[in-house]
Amino acid sequence: MKALILVGGYGTRLRPLTLTYPKPLVEFANKPMIEHQIEALAAAGVTDVVLAVNYRPEVMTAALKDYEKRYNIKIEFSVETEPLGTAGPLKLAEKILGKGDAPFFVLNSDVTCDYPFKKLAEFHRQHGEEGTIVVTKVEEPSKYGVVVHKPNHPSRIDRFVEKPVEFVGNRINAGIYIFNVSVLNRIELRPTSIEQETFPAICKDGQLHSFDLEGFWMDVGQPKDFLSGTCLYLSSLSRKGSKLLVPASTPYVHGGNVMIDSTAKIGKNCRIGPNVTIGPGVVVGDGVRLQRCVLLKNSKVKDHAWIKSTIVGWNSTVGKWARLENVTVLGDDVSIGDEVYVNGGSVLPHKSIKANVDTPSIIM
Amino acid sequence: MSLQPPSLASRPKGGSAPTTKAVILVGGPSRGTRFRPLSMELPKPLFPVAGHPIIEHCFRAVAKVPDVKEVFIVGYYEESVFQPFINTVSNVFPQLSVKYLREYQALGTAGGLYHFRDVILKGKPDRFFVLNADVCCSFPLNDMLKLFEDKDAEAVMLGTRVANDSASNFGCIVSDAHTKRVLHYVEKPESHISNLINCGVYLFATECIFPAIRSAIKRRTERPRLLSYPSSENLESSFYQGEDEDDNKENAVIRLEQDVLSDIADSRQFFVLETKDFWRQIKTAGSAVPANALYLMKAYQTGSEELATPSANIIPPVYIHPSAQIDPTAKIGPNVSVGPRVHVGAGVRIKESIILEDSEIKHDSCIMYSIVGWNSKIGAWARVEGTPTPINSHSTSIMKNGVKVQSITILGKECGVGDEVRVQNCVCLPYKELKRDVSNEVIM
Repeated sequence: MKALILVGGYGTRLRPLTLTYPKPLVEFANKPMIEHQIEALAAAGVTDVVLAVNYRPEVMTAALKDYEKRYNIKIEFSVETEPLGTAGPLKLAEKILGKGDAPFFVLNSDVTCDYPFKKLAEFHRQHGEEGTIVVTKVEEPSKYGVVVHKPNHPSRIDRFVEKPVEFVGNRINAGIYIFNVSVLNRIELRPTSIEQETFPAICKDGQLHSFDLEGFWMDVGQPKDFLSGTCLYLSSLSRKGSKLLVPASTPYVHGGNVMIDSTAKIGKNCRIGPNVTIGPGVVVGDGVRLQRCVLLKNSKVKDHAWIKSTIVGWNSTVGKWARLENVTVLGDDVSIGDEVYVNGGSVLPHKSIKANVDTPSIIM
Repeated sequence: MSLQPPSLASRPKGGSAPTTKAVILVGGPSRGTRFRPLSMELPKPLFPVAGHPIIEHCFRAVAKVPDVKEVFIVGYYEESVFQPFINTVSNVFPQLSVKYLREYQALGTAGGLYHFRDVILKGKPDRFFVLNADVCCSFPLNDMLKLFEDKDAEAVMLGTRVANDSASNFGCIVSDAHTKRVLHYVEKPESHISNLINCGVYLFATECIFPAIRSAIKRRTERPRLLSYPSSENLESSFYQGEDEDDNKENAVIRLEQDVLSDIADSRQFFVLETKDFWRQIKTAGSAVPANALYLMKAYQTGSEELATPSANIIPPVYIHPSAQIDPTAKIGPNVSVGPRVHVGAGVRIKESIILEDSEIKHDSCIMYSIVGWNSKIGAWARVEGTPTPINSHSTSIMKNGVKVQSITILGKECGVGDEVRVQNCVCLPYKELKRDVSNEVIM
């Protein structure tokens, strides 16, 4: 089977992290976003992956070579010379996706969930029609595009309602699809939207189905959601009793859902959790309090610091008694001085912060 | 009642040295409202700064003037308020006789002096110091005395230079640069007159000051104070508008700064000693923090042995009461005073703060630019924080997002700050539990 991952552009919404690495390589729970997806696709029997990008970050090439070997999978870039929207890239990759007659997966690179590729393929095969959209239930459907089914049919989609004012359903497009190759005939090579143009066309022919996603789902394209997505992912691991988490009985673990790379060092008298990921080579000092935060590779948190709802970028340092909170994001190689408070600061790479940031702001 | 100042003829000539007394003006409980919430527990003059009551710093200075043997505390607190302090200070400085003189109604700084003139004049002193207790400075009293003698002065006041834009908040002095003579004095002028301001520390010849106060009282009787007289926010310690002023002219409030000094400048040998040393008023509760820093720095520079020994975790100057328990991993200083029986846990950070007695500071918390009230509890990983003000600022409020807030965070008596809670630029009245993050608020 084949799959196309819609990576798109510069990942500006995830800045300042994406000023250093392309979005697919930003580690989500200690593993690059793209690797989560490739791993799940490979496990579902996918042999060819196309990354639809509109710029070609050279740093990705090396990482992808590694994944090809590790997951025994072929990965190709499909580079758009102009942005082609969400459907155009499918046409651009027609040669690969259209080879043979097996259906192919399409997924949005920002989405994290328990990727249900195997079950999705099985479901798609059973109904035998052109396309299947993974849908997830949300509490506030009015913020999204909602899927409405045909009367008396559990999965065949009748229409989409954008940001409904009245309740018409609570299932929304989760950004993961499977299509028969025939769908490529519906798409022209031009900037075009899969949601606005392709789906309504398939719908009209009664060929589009929905597949209910089990468990969590989150678009982690921006820092706030990146943190929420991390919490959901860790909770999901916890429910499964995953070995990836530090046992909740560990003295410094507080409230569970803590993932710590084996090469990270943790000081004495810390209280860590819930919902913390600590990357490789990270050094956490004594008496540090961490909750709902992500410490990326080789970052350092000095003694007695307090960190909540924050992403600490690669190689960054947080000073003693510093306090970071309210979706603070430190880019690569940022330094936060001792005793400094940062409230919702987005700090660009290589900056050194010596005075409090009292209100959410971008530090250039 | 009429005044009988010692005449020149009755003064001992040649043989014995002139005698000097000191008066410390402490005000009363109806003042000091700006020192809330700390003055709700303790009169401001007794509030500990750098390990000692504010007023004790005045005594330390007075004790360094060899010929001062007698000190009066003048105010309108009840007698019992100052008795324990007087007992202590009399032990520390056995050469001083200390008496509390209670005004039964606020008479104003000059009115109080005049009311007790018979007590002050007993033994025919030639001159006496007057110190406002809410002043924090190095009190160079011996230098004032020298200037007094060199110039054969009738009055000397201590002056300091401040930024031009804040000078009009104080009493402004125009002086002769060469002779140091005071030419003109205006309390809180509306326009710029001078950036040399009155420090609230004086040395008066007895034969100068009492007649000057008497003529001020006389002027008042003949011509009651104009209603448009500017109200005195900054020197409120000297101001109380008596309700029955017209019924009893003698008891009307007469203030040294507003009613007397300008007259002395016009007609007497009045000189100013300009100090280059530190000077601050202790008005708001927050101003205790810079005062604490200045007195600690002074103690450090003079090699005081009561300060904590500097080390990797003690950044001088720091005062720690011997009964306080500090975990060795806590990092403290600079400019911190820790009171009796305070417990400071592991990995705590404290700087630029006053921690009052019996408080408990739990592990990994951080306290900066704050005052932690008596018996308060600060939770683990809590952060109690004020904002540093410029080193030469005489204000304890700052503008944040267009709103005036207190730069120093103050917790009143028996306040609690929960684990991991952050308190920033807040003033918290006694007996409050803070369980959520708060900033820029007064918490009732």
